[in-house]
Amino acid sequence: MANVPPELRYTREHEWARQEGGRVRVGITAFAQEQLGDVVFVELPKVGARVRAHQTFGVVESVKAVSDLFAPVSGEVVEVNADLTQKPETVNQDPYGHGWMLIVQPADAGEWDQLLTAAQYEQLIAEGGH
Amino acid sequence: MVPFGGWEMPVQYRGIVEEHRTVRATGGCFDVSHMGEFEVEGPAALSELQRLTTNDVAALEVGQVQYSLFCHPHGGLVDDLTVYRLAADRFMVTVNAGNIDKDWTHVTTHGGGARWRNVSESTGLVAVQGPKAEALVGRLADVDVSRIGYYRFVQGKVAGVRTVISRTGYTGEDGFELYVGADDTERLWTALLEAGRADGVAPIGLGARDTLRLEMRYALYGNDIDDTTNPLEAGLGWVVKPAKGEFLGREAIERVRAAGPARKLVGLEMTERSVPRHGYPVVKDATTTGIVTSGSYGPSVDRYIALAYVGSAHAAVGTELGVEIRGQVKGARVVKTPFHPPHVKKG
Repeated sequence: MANVPPELRYTREHEWARQEGGRVRVGITAFAQEQLGDVVFVELPKVGARVRAHQTFGVVESVKAVSDLFAPVSGEVVEVNADLTQKPETVNQDPYGHGWMLIVQPADAGEWDQLLTAAQYEQLIAEGGH
Repeated sequence: MVPFGGWEMPVQYRGIVEEHRTVRATGGCFDVSHMGEFEVEGPAALSELQRLTTNDVAALEVGQVQYSLFCHPHGGLVDDLTVYRLAADRFMVTVNAGNIDKDWTHVTTHGGGARWRNVSESTGLVAVQGPKAEALVGRLADVDVSRIGYYRFVQGKVAGVRTVISRTGYTGEDGFELYVGADDTERLWTALLEAGRADGVAPIGLGARDTLRLEMRYALYGNDIDDTTNPLEAGLGWVVKPAKGEFLGREAIERVRAAGPARKLVGLEMTERSVPRHGYPVVKDATTTGIVTSGSYGPSVDRYIALAYVGSAHAAVGTELGVEIRGQVKGARVVKTPFHPPHVKKG
């Protein structure tokens, strides 16, 4: 069973979200990177871009597949992980750590509570991830 | 596992990139039993193959293998294949799995006189590829495999199993393809992996098979070549031998040769980071000039690479082009192929 840290929240599309002093850090889950296989390219928005909850904010590509990335919450992108351009494999190696993708300044604090808890996300992937 | 023409085949065992690097560094075993095999024999076998294929079968010695093509009368590719001369009047033809039925119809419709047998179901095929392949197969074989030249084969036992040991492959590395009775495939597979483990030889899936062949610019039927592509535009003119006489597609191909192909299959390297993929448009000065037929991250070249048909005016090495990816044009350049230097054992 893939690692699902209990302190994070999750989307049905396999992104994770972490509260960091009013901001939200975003990445993809261990389950997601396992399913994708070797990540060879990550496309992220620029700092200052606006993302919307449940809408795509970028793309992650493995050797075989292209997958959209979905924002857990709406808001302004205040930081992106530029290291992933040169080292996309970091997403496989450390999905909850150095493989993070965005930091968002949330526009609507209420959206956080609509995200899946770790227990709910574990249930989702136990059912096959869909 | 993914279904492929009725076969359940692993895309990957431990990860495509790692498997790719394993083949280049040590070696890997591929179960490619899905490939099709036909045998043809009789006094008419040679003349029939001469009419059905584009390469010169008469130049083939017993024990030699030849890359070749089946073409439609209109010059499009029915399939690409290898021809094995088993005896003076007996040959084996290895074809792509997805084309077995079409090829069978082709050879039986256009043949005449020689006896054809479709032995695909009863034939297994295991490829052993990489720098350690010769030592590994050599340890298990009852013949001296170091004496088998590139695109040559012998019959012998490997791990006690009767095989055709062919010094061929689809990776650009030295190695062998071992044809075996279907019932013996698992025994051979297990023996190779057990004996190879100490050398770091591992099983390799279809995903790495694709990235390995792409780095070598080996065409993949259904991606880079198909019924609508001409051998000359695909860069396969080297296996078309009009001097040998009449064959299916000859006239159409020679017309293309005289006029010059309108488009050419070229190697592209992305100059802006992004992954080119099958079906993406290729543009020059905001105008579409072609299409990507295969594309990926190339693990050994550590670049994003592609094969693409482009207008012949834009096919020269060094030409700056673009690939349209999700609505955005990303820079690409025509480069020399193969992308990665081959390490096959020639001479």
